[in-house]
Amino acid sequence: MTRIGVALAPERGGRVVRLAVLAYIGALVLLPLAALAQHGLAGGLGALWRTLASPGALHALWLTFWSAGVMALINALMGTATAWALVRYAFPGRAALSALVDLPFAIPTLVTGVMLVLLYGPQGRVGGWLAGQGWPVAFAAPGILLALLFVTLPFVVRAVEPVLLEQDPAEEEAARTLGAGDLAIFLRVLLPPLLPAVLSGGVRSFARALGEFGSIVVVSGNIPYRTLTAPVYIFGEIEAGSPEAAAAVSLVLLLLAVALTWAARLLERLSGVRGV
Amino acid sequence: MSIRVSHLCKRFGSGANQFVAVDDVSLEVGGGELVAFLGPSGSGKSTILRIIAGLEQADSGSVHFAGRQADHLHARSRGVGFVFQHYALFRHMSVAENIAFGLRVQGKSKDEQRRRVAELLDLMGLAGLGERYPAQLSGGQRQRVALARALAPEPQVLLLDEPFGAVDARVREELRHWLRRLHDEVHVTSIFVTHDQEEAFSVADKVIVINRGRVEQAASPAEILDHPATEFVARFIGEANVYEGVARDGQVPVGALRVPADGLPDGTPVTAVLRFYDLKFWRDDRGFARVTRTMTLGDRVKVEAVIDDGPVIYSQFPRRSSLLAGIEPGCRIHVEVTLARLYPQGGATPAVTVQLQ
Repeated sequence: MTRIGVALAPERGGRVVRLAVLAYIGALVLLPLAALAQHGLAGGLGALWRTLASPGALHALWLTFWSAGVMALINALMGTATAWALVRYAFPGRAALSALVDLPFAIPTLVTGVMLVLLYGPQGRVGGWLAGQGWPVAFAAPGILLALLFVTLPFVVRAVEPVLLEQDPAEEEAARTLGAGDLAIFLRVLLPPLLPAVLSGGVRSFARALGEFGSIVVVSGNIPYRTLTAPVYIFGEIEAGSPEAAAAVSLVLLLLAVALTWAARLLERLSGVRGV
Repeated sequence: MSIRVSHLCKRFGSGANQFVAVDDVSLEVGGGELVAFLGPSGSGKSTILRIIAGLEQADSGSVHFAGRQADHLHARSRGVGFVFQHYALFRHMSVAENIAFGLRVQGKSKDEQRRRVAELLDLMGLAGLGERYPAQLSGGQRQRVALARALAPEPQVLLLDEPFGAVDARVREELRHWLRRLHDEVHVTSIFVTHDQEEAFSVADKVIVINRGRVEQAASPAEILDHPATEFVARFIGEANVYEGVARDGQVPVGALRVPADGLPDGTPVTAVLRFYDLKFWRDDRGFARVTRTMTLGDRVKVEAVIDDGPVIYSQFPRRSSLLAGIEPGCRIHVEVTLARLYPQGGATPAVTVQLQ
């Protein structure tokens, strides 16, 4: 077999490099995974199940799933609309808008939490007023949702944008001359090519939200049975000296995240097959 | 179905950036005709086509289909088939689904869809490709699918916007024959836009030459070649030498060349248009021009020469022409004008065509 490195490293040296890299990645990634699996399954599946079924863990997982789910839905809708606006319309400030979309990735998530608390906390003007109306945001579910939306903003936008760029507006015109109305154009011409990208963006944002810690720990108030999400629950269990409970919930998050990443890849490949 | 366009105007942009794309255009296309809109890029020909299709709104003027005003009709209810330069096929649909799209959104039965798709696949030489996706087809095949899709709902009018612009030369030639044959079979009133005169002349019954948003001439290909109505048409159609000069004693001097200008009053400033093939060069050591280059272009030879005290002049000969004998770079030649078109500047005096035998 010829390799690029052959000229530089003799065969023996090449083997050493390969083994070293393998050991490095293995130690870095596989060992912790093994540790997690070992602790999570230490008492067998029954014990794992009992740990997960404890009301605290169950509620934390449930809260994490539904808030990530709602966030993914909103993201799919608004992310697609944002990508549409960026691609299809020329307007002053478009470049600035595009930069704003990426900004959340650059902001440390803890800082995100702090910003949200300052704005929506009971001491903040907006947050105080909203709480007065019976709509508390910080230290409540809406705060969690806002934090998740903030940190996952670019996912759907950046997934849909390239597909939209590829789409020729003449396709819509062709559909129109063939007798299609606006609804038929949207449902049959515009949406189908976008769907895999929208879904993969949504799934990736969901996977990312499952593990969100920094912003949530600041904004949610971490009230058990009310605003305590799974990642913060895990942190609490570690602090409280019960690594088994932490490992069990972690295992669930891990398996889900891996499965979802695969699903997203599958969707992306699916959309790639028929692309021109 | 006949099409009549009257006093169409269309501007794009606003203020200082305003651009007049269509400037008071009126034209007529008879039922069943195959017509070409021919003009340089940016001449407004595509815009006129898009206004006819209802894809663009005119600022003023009107479009009539078979004598009935169509301006208020939405693009989807005009019964127009449109073919786009870059195909605009639906990427996520198979060839068959693409072709059936118009019938589907118009609520035609599955059976009818299937029958029509099979018919069109056959007609277009696409049999067996129905299940493919556009990405799996060649450029020529894609454009034929686009044509089949446009024809499926049996439109009254077929409009094609630079339909062969995106394919390579050989396939373009093939598609031209397709379009001509197809039209002879289906007889749907058709307009196609092109900037390629060879394409316009080889395919269309009638050519409408458009420049800067205006109609320069609407006539048969032969008529346009033999009797160009305007200076633009004379310059644009066929390859020509174009010189500015002033008439004197029934001639326009261009360096040592005297362009015949019988009947033009002395002192008239004119533009002289001399087609390459309306000039004869022959070797003459006392001639008033010198050959600088000869170019072999397939079955023709193009000769470049410089007129003494004057500009460059080109002529073109069949490769086996006896006139080419002895013509080589550096030799001196005589130039004879067999046909000259003279366009007085300012337009006060009518154009003159001078023919010598």
